[in-house]
Amino acid sequence: MKDIAMVIAGVGGQGVITATTIIGYAALKSGLNAISSEVHGMAQRGGIVTVDMRIGTKRSPLIGKGEADIILGFEPVEAYRAMEKLKKDGIMIVSTNPIIPFTVGIGVEKYPDLKELLNDMRKKIERVVEIDALSLAKKAGNPSGLNMVMIGAASKYLGIPAENFEEVIRDYFPDRFVEANLKAFRLGREAVNNDRI
Amino acid sequence: MRPIDYVYKGKKGEKAFLLGNEAIVRGALEGGLQFASTYPGTPSSEIGNVLSKIAKKVGIYFEFSTNEKVAMEVAGSAASSGLRSMTFFKHVGLNVAADAYMSLAYIGVKGGMLIVSADDPSMHSSQNEQDNRYYALLANIPMLEPSTPQEAKDMARDSFEISEELGLPVLMRTTTRVNHVRGVVELGEIKKMERKGHLDKDPSKYVPVPSNARKMHPLLLKKMERAREISERSEYNFIIDGEEKKFGIITSGVAYNYVHDYAAGKIPILKLGFTNPLPEKKIAEFLKDKEKILIVEELEPYLEREVRRIAQMEGIEVKIYGKYDGIMPRCYEYNPDIVKSSLSEVFGMSFPSDHVEKGEISLPSRPPVLCPGCPHRAIYYAVKKALQKKKIKMSDVIFPTDIGCYTLGIQKPYEMADYLLCMGSSAGTACGFSRATDQRVISFVGDSTFFHASIPAMINAKHNKQNFIYVILDNRTTAMTGFQPHPGLPVDGMGDEAPMILPEEITKGLGIPTYIVDPYDIKETQKTFEEVLEKNELSVVIARQECALLRYGRERKQGTLKLYTVDQEKCTKCKICVSQFACPAIYIDENGDIRISDVLCTGCGVCVDVCPFNAIKEVSKE
Repeated sequence: MKDIAMVIAGVGGQGVITATTIIGYAALKSGLNAISSEVHGMAQRGGIVTVDMRIGTKRSPLIGKGEADIILGFEPVEAYRAMEKLKKDGIMIVSTNPIIPFTVGIGVEKYPDLKELLNDMRKKIERVVEIDALSLAKKAGNPSGLNMVMIGAASKYLGIPAENFEEVIRDYFPDRFVEANLKAFRLGREAVNNDRI
Repeated sequence: MRPIDYVYKGKKGEKAFLLGNEAIVRGALEGGLQFASTYPGTPSSEIGNVLSKIAKKVGIYFEFSTNEKVAMEVAGSAASSGLRSMTFFKHVGLNVAADAYMSLAYIGVKGGMLIVSADDPSMHSSQNEQDNRYYALLANIPMLEPSTPQEAKDMARDSFEISEELGLPVLMRTTTRVNHVRGVVELGEIKKMERKGHLDKDPSKYVPVPSNARKMHPLLLKKMERAREISERSEYNFIIDGEEKKFGIITSGVAYNYVHDYAAGKIPILKLGFTNPLPEKKIAEFLKDKEKILIVEELEPYLEREVRRIAQMEGIEVKIYGKYDGIMPRCYEYNPDIVKSSLSEVFGMSFPSDHVEKGEISLPSRPPVLCPGCPHRAIYYAVKKALQKKKIKMSDVIFPTDIGCYTLGIQKPYEMADYLLCMGSSAGTACGFSRATDQRVISFVGDSTFFHASIPAMINAKHNKQNFIYVILDNRTTAMTGFQPHPGLPVDGMGDEAPMILPEEITKGLGIPTYIVDPYDIKETQKTFEEVLEKNELSVVIARQECALLRYGRERKQGTLKLYTVDQEKCTKCKICVSQFACPAIYIDENGDIRISDVLCTGCGVCVDVCPFNAIKEVSKE
């Protein structure tokens, strides 16, 4: 199977790092190598969080321009911001639920028109998968399970069997959260057409 | 199992997806770690967080020390007593510890000792990007430089043996992209050491008075010659062959990964992991018969300078490319784009790339801000109000600041961070400004940072009769690095009960008038500051209110969380709450109404007092 480079872009508090860990363990379960890179510290609730992740034989912790096979956008603006790292024929999986920055709330900056943003994304990228991840997470009974929905969507493209993800989710979370997270994962997976890289 | 379980329960041969910092803990345990100390600092903090959770379970001693110098002394003396010890901090922490560190090289160790310096190229969360490899050179201490979590684990394990063989501490220099990278790590066996610490007295070895120190220096140089032999045969210095025999790349640390992905198999690579002393013979051998050498290392030309020296001394004629000729950048961390472009420039390699164009739509930023409900915001607001009341202009006041979340006071609308050098500098620089200028001085420090390095400067302030207001923001934790305990709390790094030392006991002991306020009560806080400004003498104001994130978490669990809302009938849209108080939970909606987000609000209630029109009220429970 071929190496995969993926950028996960979101906002502090969305569970980006948890998602990374789950994908990493799912890769490991499948006998694949994985590496991911994140920045802690000043990153906090509401700040930009991006993780560069590779599955396969490559060692570089960061991903260069045009190297990403997938961008997993937990937030539309952050997905758009990371776009340049995507290969021309790469896949953009984007949650369509905005998180409004504080600077917009106090009227200093503007959040772009969502439709316009997504349209422009589709103009530049052939393969865009839009997901209403928040609704799916709520449907799964876990409003903060957006990250599980996104992993579910990404799982179609990573060359890792779904049952390996499910096993990791069972292992990772305390029992009382497992079912809702599994449900969110499955809803995310179902939301994507059976499209392969 | 969660990652932390793998760190201390994972079996030999098992593979885990670990954060570099978790891998370092695992490696130290495999190396027989018995004793560890630190002061938290990004990107090293998780090493301490993990040890704090598992120390008792694995039967080792761990402490959060008051500062890095103390941590170095604590771990150094444990190693001199024969225990395998480790101390670790962010790169600038080694500056604080440098005095002890330099002498420790002379004195040496008996039990193996690992010192981890976590450098931060690109300054993701630091005030500079100094390259601490020079500290190994400066002190004559052997150095290991890992490039991945796996290597960090293995090197941490091996450092104890190397250290004991040489009788010297070993410095492991990591960078953010090792500490904060997750990767697959194959685990080894945890080694349980049963050694008891005992100091075999010998002042000629342990007390560097001049007559002893003069003997220690040549002995240290001899030890380093032995270290060079270890470096020559170390598996951490290795060559990957490539087709273009006339070319070569020398690299270390995280940069190796990029070189590997874009040049392995094409151009021979000398990867260096044992980087002080360098394996000079191995390097000379690699340089021979080559036409072009590119040195790929982040930050300073540490390897490059040495490679150029070795080439000169060995009389090898080879064209060396690196930072001195401007091919490689000297600032910030590397990435694939930088490495690919230098490979193209020097070796004519090509890397076709077809990337999605950058979007033209302008995007809002998400700068780090003080959290909703943060008590620091309330203090900045109250101090500003007090200054206005006293008709003191902001330009007539200098606000030295310090290292912690409150450094964000630099932002609008507060703009109350004028000067910062390092941990604890708020007190020493306040001394200088109060003498050197006619401006008033109000200086801010956090609780953990106060204990860390500002107490000697406060003694200085009292003794040398300086005049400033010192505001200690006591939020009852080391918040920015992830809520570690400090001496002002009744708990220690192993989770045991511990004597609590309050900052006021220290400042009152110095005879400095000390006031204690609750920043959530901004009216009283403002009044206190007006009083202190009026008195115009050296004084301390302790603003005590728990970090909002900790309080919020607890109140939400207990169901005692209060929420607030804006009464639209009373609101005049003066926007004081938005533009002057600037809590991220308060926003202007699409109709221009002021709202409070019930998702973001942490229920501090300070905005109730900020609103001049009584338009903000608690949401009733029904």
